[in-house]
Amino acid sequence: MANTQSMCTSFLGELMLGQHQLGTSTIVSRGSLTSPTTDTVKAALYLASATINAATTAYTATGEVTGTNYTAGGVTVTNATAPTSTNSSSTAGVGYWTPSASITYTTVTLSTAFDTVLIYNSTQSNKAISVHTFGSQTVTAGTFTLTMPSNTTSTALIRLATT
Amino acid sequence: MLVSTIHGEMDDSLLEKKEGSLDNDIEFTTWTEYWLNDELVHRSVHVTLKTSPFTALEAASIG
Repeated sequence: MANTQSMCTSFLGELMLGQHQLGTSTIVSRGSLTSPTTDTVKAALYLASATINAATTAYTATGEVTGTNYTAGGVTVTNATAPTSTNSSSTAGVGYWTPSASITYTTVTLSTAFDTVLIYNSTQSNKAISVHTFGSQTVTAGTFTLTMPSNTTSTALIRLATT
Repeated sequence: MLVSTIHGEMDDSLLEKKEGSLDNDIEFTTWTEYWLNDELVHRSVHVTLKTSPFTALEAASIG
């Protein structure tokens, strides 16, 4: 088994249902009729032996790392920047979003090799958003930091484009 | 400088420091290890992601 970097397919349909709100809140009709609600986005780490990919529909503890100071479910992602959309032509454009800060797991010991982070929406029943892979790592009484790519049309963490 | 280790905080002067990096199309990663004799007592990793999943969308023609 192996993990595969991908957009979670279920996320695409859920977007059209308005089930995810990344960044600053604007929707007032889901949790409250009077004020917008912001979704909490989280990041969980997975073992290199796990199977997390486009077919993943929600956070799962199966295959997740375990270790000192790591809490099941991972950490909360700083979600303070609203998605942006830009036209690239009269018929095409890109919508994109990147967390506004690095994702950090502080003073953890993760002895079994891991290579994947799953971004998911903990407010909306832990619905999966995207899967990101990197070289296999372990951490010993140290900090694991994931620095986000630049929030641009070509490098943002999540990009949805028409061509 | 004090370093968190599996034996608690230790002064880095007592430890051997090793560093490494990986740079490819997907990521730029650096790691720092501290060793006490032949035992790994600390390892921190910093991954900077370069690429991300990309999804293309399409509006169907009507008529």
